[in-house]
Amino acid sequence: MFSVLAVILVLPLVSLVSFLLKNEIKKSAVACLGTSLAAGSGLILLFVPFFQQPHDNVLIPTNIPLVSFAFGVDALSRFFLVVIFGLSFLVGIYGFGYIKEHKKFVNSSPFFSLLVAAMAGVVISKDGLSFLIIWELMSIVSFFLVTAEHENKEVQNAGWIYLIATHLATAFLMMAFVMLSKSSGSLMFGEFVLQNNRTPFLNGLLFIFAVIGFGTKAGIFPFHVWLPHAHPAAPSYISALMSGVMIKTGIYGILRMLTFLGSPPLWWGETLVVIGVVSAVMGVLYALMQHDLKRLLAYHSVENIGIIVTGIGIGLIGVSLKNNMMAVLGFSGAILHVLNHAIFKGLLFLCAGNVMYIAHTLTIDILGGMIKKTPFTAMLFLIAAMSICGLPPFNGFISEWLVYTGLFNGILNSLGHTVLISIAGVLGIALAGGLAVACFTKVFGVVFLGESRSGLLQGSREPPGLLLSPMIILAVLCLFIGIFPWPFLNMVFGAMQIMAPGAGLVDSDHVMSPLVNVSTIFVVLIVLAGLMISIRSLVFKKKQIQTTVTWDCGYAHPTPRMQYTAASFAEPIGSFFQTILRPHVHRDKTTNVFFPEGAVFDEHVPDYAEYNFFEPLFKRIGSIIIFIQSKKKSTVQSYLTLIFITLIILFVAEVWFGI
Amino acid sequence: MNWILVGIVLTTFVVLGSSRITTRIKAVAIQGGLLSVLQFVARGSLFDIHGALLFGITFFIKTIIIPLLIFRSIRGISMRVDKEPKVSSHSLLLTLGLITTISFLNINTFPLAVGATISSLLIPSALTTVLTGLLILVTKTKATNQIIGFLILENGVFTFGMTIVSEFPTIVEVGVLLDILVGVFIMGIMIYQINRTFDDIDTKSLSLLGDA
Repeated sequence: MFSVLAVILVLPLVSLVSFLLKNEIKKSAVACLGTSLAAGSGLILLFVPFFQQPHDNVLIPTNIPLVSFAFGVDALSRFFLVVIFGLSFLVGIYGFGYIKEHKKFVNSSPFFSLLVAAMAGVVISKDGLSFLIIWELMSIVSFFLVTAEHENKEVQNAGWIYLIATHLATAFLMMAFVMLSKSSGSLMFGEFVLQNNRTPFLNGLLFIFAVIGFGTKAGIFPFHVWLPHAHPAAPSYISALMSGVMIKTGIYGILRMLTFLGSPPLWWGETLVVIGVVSAVMGVLYALMQHDLKRLLAYHSVENIGIIVTGIGIGLIGVSLKNNMMAVLGFSGAILHVLNHAIFKGLLFLCAGNVMYIAHTLTIDILGGMIKKTPFTAMLFLIAAMSICGLPPFNGFISEWLVYTGLFNGILNSLGHTVLISIAGVLGIALAGGLAVACFTKVFGVVFLGESRSGLLQGSREPPGLLLSPMIILAVLCLFIGIFPWPFLNMVFGAMQIMAPGAGLVDSDHVMSPLVNVSTIFVVLIVLAGLMISIRSLVFKKKQIQTTVTWDCGYAHPTPRMQYTAASFAEPIGSFFQTILRPHVHRDKTTNVFFPEGAVFDEHVPDYAEYNFFEPLFKRIGSIIIFIQSKKKSTVQSYLTLIFITLIILFVAEVWFGI
Repeated sequence: MNWILVGIVLTTFVVLGSSRITTRIKAVAIQGGLLSVLQFVARGSLFDIHGALLFGITFFIKTIIIPLLIFRSIRGISMRVDKEPKVSSHSLLLTLGLITTISFLNINTFPLAVGATISSLLIPSALTTVLTGLLILVTKTKATNQIIGFLILENGVFTFGMTIVSEFPTIVEVGVLLDILVGVFIMGIMIYQINRTFDDIDTKSLSLLGDA
């Protein structure tokens, strides 16, 4: 524990040194490689058995009464620490190479170490106060990273949206933690768990606050609005870290909060499943309609968070129905998907970084034909895309398989509306998976296949090894977890037992045994594929092979403009779901039937949650505030009115709801 | 003890319900008298010299001096009746009824550890009085009404203080009373000054002095 804490304390020092350096290369090298080194050593420490004493919490007392800072690592924290340190290690290396090429990101690089430290600090905090402080630190530090290109108007806007979203979320968390500490008489997490004599109403309120507060950070629908703004604005290596790990601290928060709240009623799990399914489907639908690569990936984070939340929901239903199998499957699926999503989403954002590096743009419609120039990046993107779609034999399949099995278990072993919700879960996640395949077919087809649509790729080469090597490790991990999930599953089961204490190792063995079959099938599949390829190469060895253009429907002069664009590929799905998506279509049809003239088609999908939920909400709130302000100007009575109203509200909340 | 508490709450109704300044001041005076009796009852022992002293001082200040001071300060001001109030007195009375209901609904949620000498009505009536004081401060803009609101608020706080009256040194309470007296003095001077400057004692006109 002390060793992990020491590693985390080194990171701010790294950041400080990096702040003080003036030389651009040295500054970014210290920040990125130093963080990488610290994260790597932290990762090693987590796996060395010597440092794995289970219950050695560190308590730092202060002079302030009731306040002392506690840190500790249990199985859940350890799992998240592995994810944080693992991805930070790789992203740090990539970041150094990336910053070398994009000098404008040098100045924000010291915040990178701070962000890693804050994320690790969040998951090892064992008391409410330090948790909230470090949580806020994480938000503010990531704000500076998002606004790395602060002279850009769009980036400023993204930064503001992120800052507002994250602070509103923290407001809910503060309320939740104040309520928790009031009812348990202490700020320690251990006391929150032990002093569990809260009313069901209060527990339900805490649950809702946690879902809103942590869900905003995690990016569940409709609180995801900051994600599609912040991720494209941040430099790619930061997007990888934010999407891969930082939003997972929200998931960690939800899980941690659930441990405080005791045995869950049925509606919590069902709510989470519904939220998860809605997030998954809406996330992927919006992703399909995007024209910016990183914005698209950001919406895919919403989808994957939806899958994770669905898993947590199934686990909770399992706990409340005393169905251990379901609890094990749900929670392990969710927790494993946290790791998997960190790996493949990190890889995808790094691939987007490569695309930026090569073509200096992320607009999907002007890219194209990159597989010919940069086959390596294309290959890595393909692996990550297959993983995120949950296709075998990659890691996404394993965690989604666990979630599916949990849902089927729920269908078979429960009664009433739980069955209905489980069926909705299966359908929703299946739909999301299918749409994800469509979405990544679109991205891969338009960006990597075909011909270049512009002169952007002239003379471009594969990025250097410094950028590619961390990505290769991630891609190998995708395949490795897909085929041999055991070492990671053991870690997952450790974390899962904190969430579902009733579920013993026996139940996890039930999960393991069908997975052996899955792995065997994967191995056979890969061996067969390898055999086919070698037979093919044997057969074609003596024959001459000619390359020619793809069949072009008899056009005499095919040009790159005749290819599918991102919009035209997604249009059929978009119009099928137009009742949900409500696209803004601008169509300027040609009138001459015989001699076609220029025609225009433009489709743009505004985010429903942003424009139809938050915008009216904030407008309403804004008008109330303006009303109060205009009143305030005149007299002291208006101030007194505000105090009076606040007093009454506090009084009612305290006395009637026991908050 | 209960009848005193009921009396305190009822006087707040009188203050809000009447439209004459003089009636309000008299109601506040009666409330002050009730309070001085209340602290005497809460103390328990009748022949305590401190209790008697405090009773005397409280009664003297709250029932005689302060009302007289207010009467004096509004003497030359033609404002005996509250004309065109911002909020109608009907709705104010209804609000007060609501406040009273809310306060007394939770009578069981305020456990009193002190003992049998303190009635369980004490906290709700204190709460009602404090909130009524705030309500007057919020809704009335005339300076005299502000003083009355402030006094009622203070009376509510004083009623709250009854829960610890047996452990509290008398000198502190006398000091608090003196503070109130000085506060009312200053307010009286303020009223005089406002009236001289604006020909009216509405505190709204004070905002004209601001920069905006």
